[in-house]
Amino acid sequence: MMKKLFALLFAGFVSSAVFAQEAPDVMVQRVTEEVLEIIRKDKDIQNGDTHKVIELVDKKVLPNFNFTHMTALALGKEWRKATPQQQQQLTAEFKTLLVRTYSNALTGYKNQKVVYKPTKMAPTDTDVLVRTEVHQPGNKPVQLDYSLEKLDANWKVYDVVVAGISLVTNYRDQFGQEVRNGGIDGLIASIAAKNKSLETSPKK
Amino acid sequence: MTKSLGLSGMRSGRRWALGGLVALACVGNLSAEENPNDPYEGFNRSMFAVHEAIDKYAAKPVAQAYDNTVPLPVKASVGNFFSNVGDLWIGANSALQGKFADAGADIGRLLINSTVGIFGLFDVASELGLEKHEEDFGQTLAVWGVGSGGYLFWPVIGPRNVRDTAGFGVDSYIDPVWRIHAVPVRNSMVALRFVDIRASLLPADKVVEEAALDKYAYIRDAYLQRRRNQIFDGRPPRLDD
Repeated sequence: MMKKLFALLFAGFVSSAVFAQEAPDVMVQRVTEEVLEIIRKDKDIQNGDTHKVIELVDKKVLPNFNFTHMTALALGKEWRKATPQQQQQLTAEFKTLLVRTYSNALTGYKNQKVVYKPTKMAPTDTDVLVRTEVHQPGNKPVQLDYSLEKLDANWKVYDVVVAGISLVTNYRDQFGQEVRNGGIDGLIASIAAKNKSLETSPKK
Repeated sequence: MTKSLGLSGMRSGRRWALGGLVALACVGNLSAEENPNDPYEGFNRSMFAVHEAIDKYAAKPVAQAYDNTVPLPVKASVGNFFSNVGDLWIGANSALQGKFADAGADIGRLLINSTVGIFGLFDVASELGLEKHEEDFGQTLAVWGVGSGGYLFWPVIGPRNVRDTAGFGVDSYIDPVWRIHAVPVRNSMVALRFVDIRASLLPADKVVEEAALDKYAYIRDAYLQRRRNQIFDGRPPRLDD
């Protein structure tokens, strides 16, 4: 009995250790390289196929993101005043907007190289910044940083910072403006309208 | 997105800035519910509209034509050339901010690229590991402790707070391209640099168009974040949320 219990505990420990084994910087590098490898081979994506690139991002990138945290960060103080249902709707619309706009940016990928900077972190850290740089011939490298948090055993991205510009907090004033004008529901409606217009507009 | 478009000389720039500031002092008080990051929002939004019109009908079409017709190696060389010209003043600003190792690297870049890189047409220094820095007098003023002043949006020049507007005036005054004596050459060079910079921003246009709920606010907040990042050389202290 004791032996069994011990074995079970041990197995549990090992498996969770394996689960948590992938450090945040390793995860960022793995996902980035996987995605770039696919784009390099996919002529449709290189020619700007929005549907295909969104599908790729959905499958490979999104599981590693915490959109609820991202939306809360973008909204700021108002987040706590929103009902759970509003929070859910807002997160869904904001996710659609972010995924669409920045997936399209991926179709512009040519032969840039991503350089991964060493990450400073202690084993107990639950919030880290992973720094990378995008190098392209004839241009200055662009700083591309990810903020990640540890949820259960997994690391999730909750902010992406390009050249010092957080793609999430850059929305804060715009969100605040919408909330002042039409409340949380007004904000949800505006993002939904924006998403709809992007969907119907001809792709370039 | 927030890169500078240097198309105004110091002299006209200074007059502009002065007139603008006087106008702002009056406008600033009118808006009832003002954004602390943007006290002159009403004025700025009208300037932004002017800027957008100029961009849509003049700057962007020219940049697109340039981007579509000029072969990539030539475009790269044009960008490298102006980048090289800028490295001297970048080095001076590194030194003025007390970053002497950076200043040395900037001057090293200038020497290498002007010689081995054939008048700066090739960025050999980057390949040798001498990284390009981003410095200007607005950042130097910030490091010296000068306050940012309110946010401003200038047509053609783009977003600049009061401190960066002053910094831009000094940058333009020092700018070797503006100091070329032969006026037609000077004007062609200034125009070419403007088109080169505008063309380099074309890919960002689409992202901003699609991502922004309010393009004006999106660009403003991106500028504010980007400048903060530049002032702290890519490692700004974290803000609490």
